[in-house]
Amino acid sequence: MTTSPKRPNKDPNTETPSDRAEILQKRKNWEEEYEQLMKKKPERLSSFVTTSSVPINRLYDPTDLPQDWSYLKDVGYPGEFPYTRGVQQTMYRGRLWTMRQFAGFGGSEETNERFKFLLANGMTGLSVAFHLPTLYGRESTHPMSLGEVGKLGVAIDTLRDMEILFDGIPLDKVTTSMTINAPAAILLSMYIAVAEKQGVSPDQIGGTIQNDILKEYMAQKSYIFPPKPSMRLIVDTIKYCSKFVPRWNTISISGYHIREAGSTAAQELAFTLINGLEYVKWAVKSGMEIDEFAPRLSFFFNSHNDFFEEIAKFRAARRIWARWMREFSPKNERSLWLRFHTQTAGCSLTAQQPYNNVVRTTVQSMAAVIGGTQSLHTNSLDEALALPSEDAVEIALRTQQIIAHESGLTNTIDPLAGSYFVESLTNLMEKEVEDYLQKVDQLGGVIPAIEKGFFQQEIANAAYQYQKEIEKNERTIVSVNDFTKDEDIEIPILQIGDEIAERQKKRLERVKQERNTEKVTTALLKIQEAAKGNENLFPLILDAVKLYASIGEICDVLREVFGEWKGDLLF
Amino acid sequence: MSTSQKIRVLLAKPGLDGHDRGVKVVARALRDAGMEVIYTGLHKSPEAIIEAALQEDVDVIGLSSLSGSHMALFTRIMELLAEKEMAVDTLVIAGGIIPDDDAPKLEKIGIKGIFGPGADTDTIANFIRANIKRTL
Repeated sequence: MTTSPKRPNKDPNTETPSDRAEILQKRKNWEEEYEQLMKKKPERLSSFVTTSSVPINRLYDPTDLPQDWSYLKDVGYPGEFPYTRGVQQTMYRGRLWTMRQFAGFGGSEETNERFKFLLANGMTGLSVAFHLPTLYGRESTHPMSLGEVGKLGVAIDTLRDMEILFDGIPLDKVTTSMTINAPAAILLSMYIAVAEKQGVSPDQIGGTIQNDILKEYMAQKSYIFPPKPSMRLIVDTIKYCSKFVPRWNTISISGYHIREAGSTAAQELAFTLINGLEYVKWAVKSGMEIDEFAPRLSFFFNSHNDFFEEIAKFRAARRIWARWMREFSPKNERSLWLRFHTQTAGCSLTAQQPYNNVVRTTVQSMAAVIGGTQSLHTNSLDEALALPSEDAVEIALRTQQIIAHESGLTNTIDPLAGSYFVESLTNLMEKEVEDYLQKVDQLGGVIPAIEKGFFQQEIANAAYQYQKEIEKNERTIVSVNDFTKDEDIEIPILQIGDEIAERQKKRLERVKQERNTEKVTTALLKIQEAAKGNENLFPLILDAVKLYASIGEICDVLREVFGEWKGDLLF
Repeated sequence: MSTSQKIRVLLAKPGLDGHDRGVKVVARALRDAGMEVIYTGLHKSPEAIIEAALQEDVDVIGLSSLSGSHMALFTRIMELLAEKEMAVDTLVIAGGIIPDDDAPKLEKIGIKGIFGPGADTDTIANFIRANIKRTL
């Protein structure tokens, strides 16, 4: 299906061949004069490149676009194929993006308090960061959890913790994003159970689980099981939710962590979209119709320092995804939509002169907004040093509000369309993604390429090159390798004390005493048996969660059947 | 005690932290600087790290942590190092997100060099050369 453009067929951007010849001649003359000038006064740098080391011309004009490039074919109108300008017709003139600050630390009480603070200050959606033991399916009392409890996110072991986390927050009124992957089905089950206790039925709740295991093997590394059983858990979740939790985004296909691990912008986009395609193929193979699940797929990208490169990445993302999805012949237009969340680049923040990070985050947020994001997290100035303090997170949220209400960026849709430079970068981004898709196909697909370490090595190479460019002063990072200061700037740091681990241990012990152990054991055995076959695991996990089985217990029975992924030693 | 002409370095990721961009960059930079680098991979217990250091007969252990668990895990690692009587021969350095306030505490337990965000890899290599506990 395609939506037919509502405008006349005349393509406003097509110049005649004689126009093109004339422009080419003029350009040649201009370049020659420029070269002459350079003999007297050379350019500042020997080469001008993006953050991803892509060379940039000194000027762009219509001849930088290929001759078969056409406004209607390649750009079109917002809400129309290929959605380069945005998935919704009205974009921010209709509704602003969701301001969604990722938060989680300490125990459920502390994070609940932070959520309420953010909601009171105008945040419009919740986003939960879990501590590492939860991400890896370990109880807070497991030996590997030593020192980690409540540090990188909120400590969640059982439904009891989740009840406290959302206490006083009506789950039919807010939407919640949860950054959880390997045990995503368990955390979503807990959320469903909390909602039911509030009197909110599963078809009324809205939100997102990240549930994107492929990028875990590539970049974020919070994997538990090997790829194939992990993919089965994901498909089970997608299937269950398409019937019973229809407003839930069952997967947030994420480039964010790929970029944070050191990839280029094009690699971030390519690996993310290739992963997305893999999920679609698995879901289709399991017997689902494309329209049953594709409208609930969402994406998550990084917004780094290079303003135009990032905007081109977001525009290209929508166009490529729409073109790829059309191959599956969906009937629902939403199956073609690439909707995405953006987070500014944590890896771009400096520990040196940390107040400068507010400026970096502002530039990155502007790129995300011009790129048409559906929701946004702005990093806090102190995040190269610690989890954000309340004051720092407030500035980050205010940054979004200033962009939304004062900057004028939201007045018109996709304001950079038609820029020869931005359209060229958008085309280049698409080409690089297509090239990577071919390479991955040659390696036998995504999972074989992961097993061979292909993505991991590509990312490590890019990260190393970037670091070397900084060390050789080929790339300037303000306050790191130029404009440095000797004295340290002291800023307040959020500290997580060890009393959190102690409290968590006591709570887990109490839950285990109070629950019906016999029923829990039976529920866990059922999961284990089903894991050996093909039955959908989601409803069984939901049953166990409601009986207060812990994440660690559920993951342990799955570990016994599925095994564990060992990771790579590449560098 | 190693008799190798090359400095042998074990780079380790203790605990559940999955941030490995920094440790991989440092691993490659130290290898390019002529050192023998062994990387443990992710999710290692303090016991597994000390065992690897013993097996590989290393001069240097580099610990990377960005999850805030460094005080608990590094302390345990240094205790084990002392138990195995390796503390005298082994230089231990650390990198990642380590608040300034924690640096003196880590130094007190024997961790000599701490390299945070923005650290130059040449500085790390030079620090190792200047501080290893045997003469090559």
